[in-house]
Amino acid sequence: MEIQYSGKDRVLLVITYILLGLFILAILFPLIYVVLASFLTPNVLITKGLAIMPSDWTVTGYVKILSNDAMIRGFFNAVLYSAAFALATVFFSVFAAYPLSIEGLAGKRPVMIFFLITMFFGGGLIPTYLVVKDLGMLNTVWAVILPGAVSVFNIILAKTYFQGLPKELFQAAGIDGASELGIFFKIVLPLSKPIIFVLALYAFVGQWNSYFDAMIYLEDFRLFPLQLVLRSILIQNQVQPGMIADALAQAELKKLSEMIKYSSIVISSLPLIIMYPFFQKYFEKGVMVGSIK
Amino acid sequence: MVSPGSTALTRHKSWLSYVRRHYILYLFLAPAVVLTVIFKYVPMYGAIIAFKDFSPRRGIMGSAWVGFEHFQRFLSSPNFYDILMNTLKLSAYGLILGFPVPILLALMLNLIRGAKLKKNIQLILYAPNFISVVVVTGMLFVFLSPTGVVNAVVTAFTGKPVSFMSDPAYFRSVYILSGIWQTAGWSSIIYVATLANVDPQLHDAATMDGASLLKRVRHIDLPALKPVMAVLFILAAGGIMSIGYEKAYLMQTALNTPTSEIIATYVYKVGLQAGDYAYSTAIGLFNSVINVILLVFVNTVVKRLNEGEGLY
Repeated sequence: MEIQYSGKDRVLLVITYILLGLFILAILFPLIYVVLASFLTPNVLITKGLAIMPSDWTVTGYVKILSNDAMIRGFFNAVLYSAAFALATVFFSVFAAYPLSIEGLAGKRPVMIFFLITMFFGGGLIPTYLVVKDLGMLNTVWAVILPGAVSVFNIILAKTYFQGLPKELFQAAGIDGASELGIFFKIVLPLSKPIIFVLALYAFVGQWNSYFDAMIYLEDFRLFPLQLVLRSILIQNQVQPGMIADALAQAELKKLSEMIKYSSIVISSLPLIIMYPFFQKYFEKGVMVGSIK
Repeated sequence: MVSPGSTALTRHKSWLSYVRRHYILYLFLAPAVVLTVIFKYVPMYGAIIAFKDFSPRRGIMGSAWVGFEHFQRFLSSPNFYDILMNTLKLSAYGLILGFPVPILLALMLNLIRGAKLKKNIQLILYAPNFISVVVVTGMLFVFLSPTGVVNAVVTAFTGKPVSFMSDPAYFRSVYILSGIWQTAGWSSIIYVATLANVDPQLHDAATMDGASLLKRVRHIDLPALKPVMAVLFILAAGGIMSIGYEKAYLMQTALNTPTSEIIATYVYKVGLQAGDYAYSTAIGLFNSVINVILLVFVNTVVKRLNEGEGLY
């Protein structure tokens, strides 16, 4: 059916397009500005506007960032922590969710309540810190990975997914003499690739972007993930030693440190921004499954 | 005739045999249960140090009870009122300003014809959600610095720059607006999906009857969103005391603390920076209690407004 718009409807549509356009501009402007400023020094960008000459472009910011040990180490630490965290999250969520998805599991209700309580009550920052400390995990990778690896939300997500799998398959396999383990590893897991992927993706991105746990539990700067290194550059204004070694004039120094900030923003966000269009539908799927609950 | 006692016994027996038959399933559950006990339940027990004169040397059991002393100290401390009001204001304003934006975005997206265009718009709208708080806050600092791009515009009009990041007067606006910038698009997903499930025949029928686009949005789309709105509103209001302290902490400067100090950032400072474990835990506990009260209160109100449909 061809849609007929009346005059009033057209007005509404025009307003809609304008508002959405403005919102998109507001989102894109800072992002584009950061990318340009990382090649141009923000001063040039502000004073010259669009009259930018090819001679104004420079990759100095990137050279400085990429030749900085803390930054490189932070990047690899972040990859390592995020991958380990994603692995742990998938492991704990999938194994816990499978029994809970089975109808008639004895003791299912109390176990569910046991998990759900942690969604609403918590010991708080200090008591959790003390547990990590007492376990001797301070200043180790474990402190960043283990305390957050079990999330009730993820367990519910996986449980909902398992419950949607066709039960006839399990029953048939059971009749054919497959063991409980066999059913899980040979039938359930292969069918669960989408949910495993969604859980891993969410966990990876979450860990990649987080800084607070690392800030609390890690002291050794060699263990710092990217976000903590970024925090010292972007927020505490500590341009790492070695980035600006030569004794430059004060003004030059300031210009360069601004550039370094912009290029470090680009470098750190690049992996996710590149990944993101490919994984968008999985992110959306995660939100949708999570909302069914 | 079976006596009550014997049914309980057989039930107990069958339970045991069930567990024995399916012990693998319980082994599957074990790792998550163990981790939850260690990192969730032990800290809950540890929270009793809020009522103790805690010293790490004497341990949780060995430390002496002090009752509500820490709570009284917090309630009577000179900055209690400011910190509490900062927490409430920051979240309440954030909720009032931020909650409607994703709904508005979803309603507008729903009016867009052309699946390809809609997908591309969504791709852009969601992107800021994948930038970390550290980077977003870092961007705020460089954009809003006295020599930054925003002040270049401000100076052109007023002649002098504004210290957005150090003036307490701007903390809330910067915090909330940047939050909307980062999350509004992503939060609209759930509403977009709900609207996609609205029966198109409803719209067709309304159009036949001569309803304008605006009327259809008001009488078909909005009512369809109502249940989701109610649940998300309760959840958001329930989290009011635990708002993004990670970002508040990053945005804090020595100068803007009059408005940026919230309970969560205070807990961190008192506890981990000053080492006053018990006092900090008491403040955190106080925060959680208010949170639960708010959750129950909002749920009751929404239930009444929403024909008995609440979160629980």
